[in-house]
Amino acid sequence: MRWLWVAVIVAATTSSDALLARRMKAHGEIRDFRLGPLGRALAAVARSWHLPAAIALLAVSFFAFLALLAIADLSFAVPATAATFAVETLVARLALGEHVSARRWLGTVLVTCGVVLIAL
Amino acid sequence: MSTLRLKTWAVAAVVVTANVLGNSCLSWGMKQRGPRLVSLLDYCAAVFTPWVALGISLLMLWLAARLALLSWADLSFVVPITAVGYALAAVAGHFLLGEQVSPQRWAGALLITTGAALVGSTSIRTTAGGDP
Repeated sequence: MRWLWVAVIVAATTSSDALLARRMKAHGEIRDFRLGPLGRALAAVARSWHLPAAIALLAVSFFAFLALLAIADLSFAVPATAATFAVETLVARLALGEHVSARRWLGTVLVTCGVVLIAL
Repeated sequence: MSTLRLKTWAVAAVVVTANVLGNSCLSWGMKQRGPRLVSLLDYCAAVFTPWVALGISLLMLWLAARLALLSWADLSFVVPITAVGYALAAVAGHFLLGEQVSPQRWAGALLITTGAALVGSTSIRTTAGGDP
């Protein structure tokens, strides 16, 4: 049951982030960080289906994480879901067309190993 | 350091801080409730307890800052560099809360920091984006 929740968390988080990244890139760089302009920019983004879908997926991931914490220790939940880093980088390369250099891959692998070491 | 890189690190710092504090509040709040999540009503009730509510507020700030960051930076850039929060949590646990941090956890913190620094030295953006 624990691994099923882990799979749900990784799949939902990755799909949510891919949708958010795609939508935010289409919007363009946010340059004004005052509350009004920032709120208007996020409201403009929210008018497309990407943001509600991404937030729904994030909610699935959030409640799955709560459910996982209810039956497993944080020391299991965090390293097990660290697979998200590698999966998201792969999705960024394949679905979003980002250039993932060898250095970026190496950094991502080190980060993933580090999260596993810290949480075990 | 370019303005874009400076802005990227500043917003990434907000993302990391809000995430670390938000998850800490959630974890503390859920521990206080115990493993009693069996129905939808239990989940809804958990959301309205003070620590979980504070955690959710901080995670909303995390989401807004992360959206802003993703408007100019690659997803494959943002995800690893914001993982530095895991290392910060270990460092803060040791120096602020006096927790015993094992050599294994220090090695993990070092790996995360090295990995984030490696990713941070790559291009912030490798794809074209639209205009606001």
